[in-house]
Amino acid sequence: MLQSKTRDGRWFQIGVGIFLTTVLLIILIPFWRVIVTAFVPLDTYITEGVPFFLPLKKWTAEAFTQLMGHTQFTIALRNSVIITVLGVAISMTLTIPLAYGLSARNLPGRKLIVAIVLFTYLFNPGLIPVYLLVTSLKLQNNFLAVILPPALSVFNTLVMMGFFEGLPDDFKEAARLDGANELQVLWHVILPLSKPILLTIGLFYAVFFWNEFFTPILYLNDGNLIPLPVLLRNILISSSLNEFVEYNAFSTTSVESLKAAGVLITMLPMLLLYPWIQRYFTKGSLVGGVKE
Amino acid sequence: MYLLMTPTLIYLLVFKYIPLWNAQIAFKDFKPLLGVTGSPWVGFEHFQTFVNSFYFSQLLTNTIFFSLAKLLLGLPVAIICALALHETVLRRYRTFVQTVIYLPHFLSWVIMFGVLLSILSPGDGLLNQIIERLGGQPIAFMTSPKYFRWVVVFSDIWKETGWSTILYLAALLAINPELYEAAAVDGANAIQRIWHISLPGIVPVIVLVTLLRMGHILEAGFNQIFVLYSVPVYSVGDILDTWVYRQGLLQFKFSLATAVGFFKGVIGLILILVANRVAKRVAQQGLF
Repeated sequence: MLQSKTRDGRWFQIGVGIFLTTVLLIILIPFWRVIVTAFVPLDTYITEGVPFFLPLKKWTAEAFTQLMGHTQFTIALRNSVIITVLGVAISMTLTIPLAYGLSARNLPGRKLIVAIVLFTYLFNPGLIPVYLLVTSLKLQNNFLAVILPPALSVFNTLVMMGFFEGLPDDFKEAARLDGANELQVLWHVILPLSKPILLTIGLFYAVFFWNEFFTPILYLNDGNLIPLPVLLRNILISSSLNEFVEYNAFSTTSVESLKAAGVLITMLPMLLLYPWIQRYFTKGSLVGGVKE
Repeated sequence: MYLLMTPTLIYLLVFKYIPLWNAQIAFKDFKPLLGVTGSPWVGFEHFQTFVNSFYFSQLLTNTIFFSLAKLLLGLPVAIICALALHETVLRRYRTFVQTVIYLPHFLSWVIMFGVLLSILSPGDGLLNQIIERLGGQPIAFMTSPKYFRWVVVFSDIWKETGWSTILYLAALLAINPELYEAAAVDGANAIQRIWHISLPGIVPVIVLVTLLRMGHILEAGFNQIFVLYSVPVYSVGDILDTWVYRQGLLQFKFSLATAVGFFKGVIGLILILVANRVAKRVAQQGLF
């Protein structure tokens, strides 16, 4: 990153390299442990527990087969996908028009709208008042209970607004002169130019909804509606797992392996999305906006 | 344009402003049958109950401890990581390290709970295996009141430090490269370069981040603690938010829980406005 190198470079660089490698290992070793735990065969687990290194020919995917073969798991996976897709769709539908409207600096009444929006960010009346609203709307055991209350992120709106502000005005003016209304300008002119920010904000919403577990615990009591993280939590805090898989003396994998496999399966979609998320923030397009 | 924004504004009205209206039950004796408007007013009774209860100091202590410890211990680590990433000449390695250390930020605390178990659990946890190998007794970190607080603090630092380097790294990249060239010409070594150019260059960001975090000092990490804590560690792990949840939704003391949530909201609002004012004065830049 630094172009000019000074004379004392070598030892300093070795130190920096060792430091970064240490940080890297501190992050990676716990994940490595989860991976080995998920793939360790039962006989090895019984005789020596979870080894740090597992010989290649001993790896077994037994825990994954058992988990994925269970209907509760596939149902939870389906629920997670629905919540995430529907959540992103609703969030984007709410965020884009507001961000676009606020990007018009000379819009009369803009200050009032900004105040209305910003106040919801600054003052949070807490959990119970929202709970009362959701129950009064009869949204329990409905995915909308999990999606709607957090659907609009003020922070994401402001980041998107900043992007819209940076777009050249000429296109908008030309379209307006052609008689396009604001919705048409937004749809035909602005959005095609905004793919990077739409993808970035969409991915941030996707990560949020995929990871949600508290509101599903609160509002989705029906076992057939719980998403993956909630199922994973139930698996992690239960000692026997009998309610989740048929686990008994004849089982071919350990409780610990099943738990670790659950962790990895829940993580996988984030790992698959991650390269796309990462592409944008390492480029620095988001850096200016990220304040937290 | 207004028409375009109307659906979102209606959404805000329903999902952000109706809860605000519902928050009046903090000053009422809420009975579900009577509804929000029908329940009788009791003034500040619930606030007094809370402030006089022994929970008050315990919850506030825990909440502020978690916020401050995460900030004070996490900040130097993040700064050192950002400096190291900035200094290294191995470009590809840097990108790889960045990719890896940002990742935990995107994972749910439920997943982190599973990862922590693989390190800290008394049976198979790596740390406990090491302790046993060295001749010690395994420690139940997650359920021991002695260790739980540090599990919370260090797991948060482990998860979020990588992501927080992004801001410092951006600030380091914004420093005028001529300064480094001039320093090299003057024969400055790496430490002098970091001390006299890099660090002063990111001080405004450090100040801003610290102020923002101080403004959110009552947000101690609800999701994290909700997943990690258990009955044996309530006394050292309970924060305002988790207590509100248990009182309100498990014991149905709606009004008391709302009063505590409202109290937290008001303090939070004041703190963030003060932080913003200070940021404008000190760093010539507001937080929002």
